[in-house]
Amino acid sequence: MDLYEHQARELFEEHGIVVPRAEVTDSPKEAREIARRLGGRVVVKAQVKTGGRGKAGGVKQAADPAAAELTARQMLGMRIKGHRVGKVMLAQPVDIESEFYVSYVLDRAAGGFLAIASAEGGTEIEEVAATRPEAVARVPVDPAVGVTSAKAQEIAAAAGLPPQTADVLVRLWQVLVREDALLVEVNPLVRSTKGRILALDGKVTLDDNARFRQARWGADESGHHDPLEAAAAAKGLNYVKLDGEVGVIGNGAGLVMSTLDAVAGCGARPADFLDIGGGASARTMADALSVILSDPAVKSVLVNVFGGITACDAVADGIVQALETVRLTKPLVVRLDGNNAARGRAILDGRAHPLVEHATTMDGAAHRAAELAHTA
Amino acid sequence: MAIYLTKESRVLVQGMTGGEGMKHTRRMLAAGTNVVGGVNPRKAGRTVGFDERTVPVYGTVAEGMAATGADVTVVFVPPAFAKAAVLEAADAGIGLAVVITEGVPVHDSVAFTSYARGRGTRIIGPNCPGLITPGQSNAGIVPADIAKPGRIGLVSKSGTLTYQLMHELRDIGFSTCVGIGGDPVVGTSHIDCLGAFQEDPDTELVVLIGEIGGDAEERAAAYIREHVTKPVVGYVAGFTAPEGRTMGHAGAIVSGSAGTARAKREALEAAGVRVGSTPTETARLVLELLDTRQPEGS
Repeated sequence: MDLYEHQARELFEEHGIVVPRAEVTDSPKEAREIARRLGGRVVVKAQVKTGGRGKAGGVKQAADPAAAELTARQMLGMRIKGHRVGKVMLAQPVDIESEFYVSYVLDRAAGGFLAIASAEGGTEIEEVAATRPEAVARVPVDPAVGVTSAKAQEIAAAAGLPPQTADVLVRLWQVLVREDALLVEVNPLVRSTKGRILALDGKVTLDDNARFRQARWGADESGHHDPLEAAAAAKGLNYVKLDGEVGVIGNGAGLVMSTLDAVAGCGARPADFLDIGGGASARTMADALSVILSDPAVKSVLVNVFGGITACDAVADGIVQALETVRLTKPLVVRLDGNNAARGRAILDGRAHPLVEHATTMDGAAHRAAELAHTA
Repeated sequence: MAIYLTKESRVLVQGMTGGEGMKHTRRMLAAGTNVVGGVNPRKAGRTVGFDERTVPVYGTVAEGMAATGADVTVVFVPPAFAKAAVLEAADAGIGLAVVITEGVPVHDSVAFTSYARGRGTRIIGPNCPGLITPGQSNAGIVPADIAKPGRIGLVSKSGTLTYQLMHELRDIGFSTCVGIGGDPVVGTSHIDCLGAFQEDPDTELVVLIGEIGGDAEERAAAYIREHVTKPVVGYVAGFTAPEGRTMGHAGAIVSGSAGTARAKREALEAAGVRVGSTPTETARLVLELLDTRQPEGS
């Protein structure tokens, strides 16, 4: 889960990293009050979990509290790359002497974390890395040792950062470890004209797997701006909305991704990714079908299950029970293979629903579902 | 001979007395796995009956190893306890730890994989189905009756795609199938398995299954070019995955232009790997390659 900038700022501040004074609000009137408290002149920043915010008009200077209110009013409710702006942060402006980039990112290949730092912050770091890789230092961190002040000095020196940034590098590592983050990034980290080092903007990605011991931020609702995704999440389903017409339900992330590809290979577009997981119950299947069928874009539905641990007769029972509670309005193609597949098919045959049909192979099922979507 | 797991392997189960542990220990025993003990500090000294077999429970991995000569452990403990369980197994000096547990925090995976690396313990997983050497031993949750023993080696990030390919190629059979797991940080990579299959006289051809996210497949492709002379057939899932969304597996995410299925497929093909566009086509490519290698075979 990504944090909002104001949440990242709060974490940085708690760990002793200097940040500009700032407050967050969803009300233009309150924005005026905040600006007054912060000294009049402020930067108004839309709180959205996406990049390219500045270019989209999500970061603006306001010369006084009245301007801050007006700017907040314009910004609240606007959409930036599909993300609705629900809150703005107002921050004291900083007179910048130089801008740097620092982050810790997960290095999947090495199975550890990597410090990335550059004396050229403020711009797209990917751009700098692509055009002038020598301007970006990449320093692996030993997970057993972490970032000590000696290690921080090494990172700062490798990137050509001033030595006083080392303290921030140590504290940022503490944010990463204590918060179970997969990414912490400060861009820009600045030296002000008064010589102070401040984190002006930050990004923190938390590990969803660590939620059991990091309950502070609660569930991430921002990802579910799609109502179908919100409904699926409420039912505990692993669902991603896509923009096609063939609804897809399967078991196992790999097999479901593979099923989406097979549908695309047949000239149709998948409407979703929905993984019912191993040992799916009748209840899960009913929930899955109800979400898929409530998507008006869906013209046909493909259920692709390989019975490994899951028994296909249990899946078929689930479909039959789902048909009791969910009114089937679109054709359903079912491919059951593996454990107890024949019994599963017999159960569906027994139900003999006019809109339900079998396919014996995954490729055949994808073809049939694509065909039905096109003729619907 | 197979890789990592044979009928000689003596297997402990950490978390055997839990629901999943019981269910899968029973299945492993039925598949011929030599399960020599369970580990649970609160139930040390007891035994658990599975049909005809009685399996003792030890308080620690070290005790279990001392009593039974175990060299493999399969970990079923919940995510919050996985790190401690794996560190304990590595400290005891076990050769192979198969971590089935799904939902392990990445910082924990980083900690135990790097710790184990320095102590000679191979970790497979976390968030994986484990590995099976059909006809010999099964360490994990792969259904044992899908495929018979044979000459194909398989390495995969995905459990159900492993089962699908095993099913498609069940008549040829497999030396060993390794599910390495779909998390961003795993203990054993495609490359580790490719290296082991290359050395394994029982493996004639390798099936490599990948999916979006990271660059493990690209690195595997570079490794194949340099080090693998046996034929490799590949499959990559996730061509239709949108950028920036996690597709079920924690590691399955396209970030910007990185980690796409297309890039992985192209890298594998550039290394001479034939890549199927569906699991069924992948199986067909395997059959073609095996036929051309053994024209006298039926």
